[in-house]
Amino acid sequence: MKRLAKWRLIPLFALLALVLSGCGKPFVSALSPAGEVADMQYDLMKLSTYVMVGVILIVMIIFVLIFVRFKRKDDRIPKQVEGSHKLEIIWTTIPILLLLILAVPTVAATFKLADVSPMDKKDSKALVINVRSHLYWWDFEYPGQKIVTSQELVVPTDEKVYFNLKSMDVKHSFWIPAVGGKLDTNTENINKFWLEFDDKRSNEAGNLFYGKCAELCGPSHALMDFKVKAMSRDKFDAWVTAMQDVKEPQKADTDLAAQGQEIFNQSCIGCHAVTPANKMPETARLAPNLTNFGDRSRVAGILDHNKEELKNWIQNPETYKPGNMMTGKYKELNDQELDAVAEYLMGLKVQE
Amino acid sequence: MSTIAQKKGFGATVWDFLTTVDHKKIAILYLIAGGFFFLVGGLEAVFIRIQLAVPNNDFVSAGAFNEIITMHGTTMIFLAAMPLIFAFMNAVMPLQIGARDVAFPFVNALGFWLFFFGGIFLNLSWFLGGAPDAGWTSYASLALHSKGHGIDFYVLGLQISGIGTLIGGINFLVTIINMRAPGMTYMRMPLFTWTTFVASALILFAFPPLTVGLTLMMFDRLFGANFFDVTMGGNTVIWEHLFWIFGHPEVYILILPAFGIFSEIFSIFSRKRLFGYSSMVFATVLIGFLGFMVWAHHMFTTGLGPVANAIFAVATMAIGVPTGIKIFNWLFTMWGGSVKFTVPMYYAFGFIPSFVMGGVTGVMVATAAADYQYHDTYFVVAHFHYVIVGGVVLGILAGVHLWWPKMFGTMLSETLGKVTFWFFFIGFHLTFFIQHFLGLWGMPRRVFTYLPGQGFDTANMVSSIGAAFMSIGVLVMLYNIIMTSVKNVKVGNDPWEDGRTLEWSIPSPPPFYNFKQLPLVRGLDAYWIEKMDGKKGMTPAEPLGDIHMPNGSFIPFMIALGLFIAAFGAMYHVDKEAWALPVLIIGLLVTFGSMFVRSIKDDHGFHIHKEELQDEKGAKA
Repeated sequence: MKRLAKWRLIPLFALLALVLSGCGKPFVSALSPAGEVADMQYDLMKLSTYVMVGVILIVMIIFVLIFVRFKRKDDRIPKQVEGSHKLEIIWTTIPILLLLILAVPTVAATFKLADVSPMDKKDSKALVINVRSHLYWWDFEYPGQKIVTSQELVVPTDEKVYFNLKSMDVKHSFWIPAVGGKLDTNTENINKFWLEFDDKRSNEAGNLFYGKCAELCGPSHALMDFKVKAMSRDKFDAWVTAMQDVKEPQKADTDLAAQGQEIFNQSCIGCHAVTPANKMPETARLAPNLTNFGDRSRVAGILDHNKEELKNWIQNPETYKPGNMMTGKYKELNDQELDAVAEYLMGLKVQE
Repeated sequence: MSTIAQKKGFGATVWDFLTTVDHKKIAILYLIAGGFFFLVGGLEAVFIRIQLAVPNNDFVSAGAFNEIITMHGTTMIFLAAMPLIFAFMNAVMPLQIGARDVAFPFVNALGFWLFFFGGIFLNLSWFLGGAPDAGWTSYASLALHSKGHGIDFYVLGLQISGIGTLIGGINFLVTIINMRAPGMTYMRMPLFTWTTFVASALILFAFPPLTVGLTLMMFDRLFGANFFDVTMGGNTVIWEHLFWIFGHPEVYILILPAFGIFSEIFSIFSRKRLFGYSSMVFATVLIGFLGFMVWAHHMFTTGLGPVANAIFAVATMAIGVPTGIKIFNWLFTMWGGSVKFTVPMYYAFGFIPSFVMGGVTGVMVATAAADYQYHDTYFVVAHFHYVIVGGVVLGILAGVHLWWPKMFGTMLSETLGKVTFWFFFIGFHLTFFIQHFLGLWGMPRRVFTYLPGQGFDTANMVSSIGAAFMSIGVLVMLYNIIMTSVKNVKVGNDPWEDGRTLEWSIPSPPPFYNFKQLPLVRGLDAYWIEKMDGKKGMTPAEPLGDIHMPNGSFIPFMIALGLFIAAFGAMYHVDKEAWALPVLIIGLLVTFGSMFVRSIKDDHGFHIHKEELQDEKGAKA
C-alpha cells in the first residue's frame, strides 16, 4: 500500500507542474475559447468532464476499498456469490441517466453548429469565406467582396462568419482551436460551417489566432499552419477596401524591389498572383496569392516574417516544407536576385 | 510422444513447427510472431517519442516520420495485438471447452501462415523503397497521392494477413459451437471463451468490409481503376466508411478477449465465481452488437451532417452502459473475495483505473459537437492508447503471465514480473495522460514536429520520458522470459492453485491430445466444482478409447507462401517489370497447386490407441 501510494504521487506531481506552467496558449488552445462555437464546445467538455470525474471517483472508492479490505490473509474460501439483481439494475440505470444528461445538450449543440441557413438566404448580409486547402497552404476567397488572399485569414469579430470548405488535392482539415472545432476539407464536396470571433477575447489573445491542418496530408502536414487576424468590423471593412483598391500589381518603390518585381514576373507570377481580384478559376490557383504578403506574420505559414527567412525559403523550400509543390518550379536565383525578390515581396502591403 | 518430441534436434523442431496443426503449437507460433511484431511496433513508438521530445527536432525526416507512424499503428493493431490475442484463443479456448483441438486444425495453421507472410510482406517495405505513409487508416486521397510502393505493401500485406484472421475467426466460431465437452452448455462457458466467441463473430462480419476496401484500393493503385479518384467520379468518403465499418469493430475484437482474460484473473485470484456471470455474457454480446452501430463517430468532422452525427453520438454513448456493467461486475467479483496479488492480478488491478479513464474519454469524444475539438488531436491519441494499451496490452501482458505455465510448463518470475508491471504502468500513464492536454491545447496528431512557443514543449518531453519507462518494462519482461526458459522449472496442472476452468485440470503443458478422456462438465467453473467436492481432477465423460488426431502438413505454409510471392508480382507489374507477371503467375500456381493437392490427397489422420494412453502415467481406466 505504501509503495503504491508513493508511485501514485508521480503522475500527480507531473500534473501539478503542468497546471503551473499554464493551460496552453490563448491563441491556440481549445481550453481558452474565444468565440461562440468554442464556448459551446468548452461547455460540453466541462459537463462531460464533471460527469466522468464523478464516475471515476465512484469506481476509485470501490477500488481502494477492495485493496484495503479484501487482500488475501488466510486460506479461507470466500462465499461464491452469483450476482445481485438490485445492484445490477442500479449500475445499469444510473449510467443511462448520466448519458441522457450528456446526450441532450450534445444533440442540441450538434444541430446548432451545423446551422448554416443564413448562407443560402437571398440577399444575405452574412460574411461567407471560401476556404480551399492545397498541399501545405490555404486559399481564402471572399466571394461577396471579390477578393482572394492566402495563408492569413482576416475576419471581423462579434459576428458569425460562414465557411465553404473544399480541398483541391488531398483531404485536409480546417481547425482554429481557440475559436472552434474543425471540419474536414473533402476532395469531393463542399463542407459548410460557421465560427464567431469574440472581440474582447480576440484582443486578449493578441488578435492573431493559430490555425492548423488536422488531417494527415503528407510529409509537411505538421507545417500546414495558417494564421487568423481578427479585427473589428470597421477595421475589417477598411482592409477589404484597401484590398479591393489593388487593381493592378503594385509598383515597386525602390530600384532593388523593381529588379525583384521583374524577376518575379518572369519566374513566379505563373503560380503566384499579386492582385486580389483573382479572376482565374479556383483550380488554376496553384500557389498562395501574395497581394498583401508584406502585411503577413509568417513566411510560408511557419517561418519568421523577415527578409532573411524569405530568402532561405525561396532558395530551398524543400528544407522547410518537404513535399511542397513549389520546389523546382522556377530557375535557381543567385544571392543578389534573391535579395531583390525578397525586397519586392516584403513591400507588398495594402495597409500601413 | 511428448518425450520423443523433446529429444528432437533443432532442425526437426523447426520442421515440426512449420508443419504443425496442433492448436497449442500454433498458439506458440502466434505468440512468437506477435511478440516480435510487438517489439518492432514498440521500437517505432520509441522513434516517434524521440522525434517529438523537443520542438523542431530532426531525428527523423518528415517523410520517414509518416512511415513510422503508419507502420506503428498498422503493426500494433494487425501484427501484434491481433496475433497475441489469437495466441491465447488458440492456446486456451479449446482447453476451456474441453476439446482436443479446434474444428479445422489445417485451416488454423493456414490462418497463422497467411497472417505471418502478410506481416513479413508489409514490413519488407522498409527495405524495398519505403513503408506506407498515409497513416494506418490510409485515407484514400492521400493513399492515392502517395508515391512509391508503400501503400501497395499496405494493401497487399493486409489483404493476405486479413484472410488469415478471417478464417481463424470462422474456425473459432465453429469450434465453440460444435466441440464443447459433454455438459459444457453455452451458459457454463468460461468468460474468455465467450469473448473469443463474440470476437470471432465480429471478425466474421468486420473483416469483409476491410477486404472490399483494400480490393478497391488495390484496383485503383495497381490496375488503373478510379473508385477513389475524385477527378474521375470516384469518392474517397466511401473508403472512410468501409475502413471504419471494419475499424471500429476491430477495436472490440481486440478488447473483448482482453476483457475475457481479466474476467478469468479476477475470478481466479479472488477465489470467487464471476459476479453477475449472465449479465457479463449479455454485456459482451451487447458490446459486440453495438460495435457495428457506431463507426461514423470516427468521421464526425467529415461533414456527414448533424442528423448522422447526432445518431452516431448517442449510439456511441450507449456502449458506455454495458462496459460500465462489466467494470462494476469485476469490482464486485473482488468484493468479499480473498484477493491474491500475483503478477496477473497486478495487471488486472491496474487495468481498472486505466481502462475507466479510456472509457470516460470515449464518452467525451462521443459528444459529437465537442469532438470537433478533440478529433485528430493528441486528445484522441491519448484516448485510444488508454483503451488499447490500458485495456488490450495490459490484458495481453496479464495473459502472458497467467497462461505461461499452461503453455510452456514453467512459471515466469513473479519478482521480475512486478518490476515490469511498475515500469510499464507508470510509463504508460506518464506517456499518455498528458497527451489529453496536448490535444486540448491545440496539438494535432500525426505531426512530425511542432514549432516552439505554442506551449507544447514540456508536455511532449514528459510524454517521451514515459515512453522510456515503458521500454524498460518491456526489456525486463524479455529478460524474464529468457531466464525462465533457461531455468525451465516444471510446474503441475494448477500452478496458481486457484484455477477454476478446465485448462487447469490437465498437465502443463497439456499432452498433444489435451484430454485423455473428455471431461464431464457439471457447471460454471467446472474444475473448481470438482475441487470443492474434494476430487483431484475431472470426472471423465467417456470410457478410455482411441483418439483420432490430424496429421501435420506443410501445405498451409505453401499456400501462404504462394500468395506472398504473387503479391510481389502484382506490385511490380505496375512498374512494367518484365519478371513481374511470371512471378505473379508462379505465386498463384503455388497457392492453387497446394490447394489442389490438399483437395485430391486424402488425409485421414491417425489414431492414438487406448493401449498407448493406458501406458502413460496417470491414466484412468
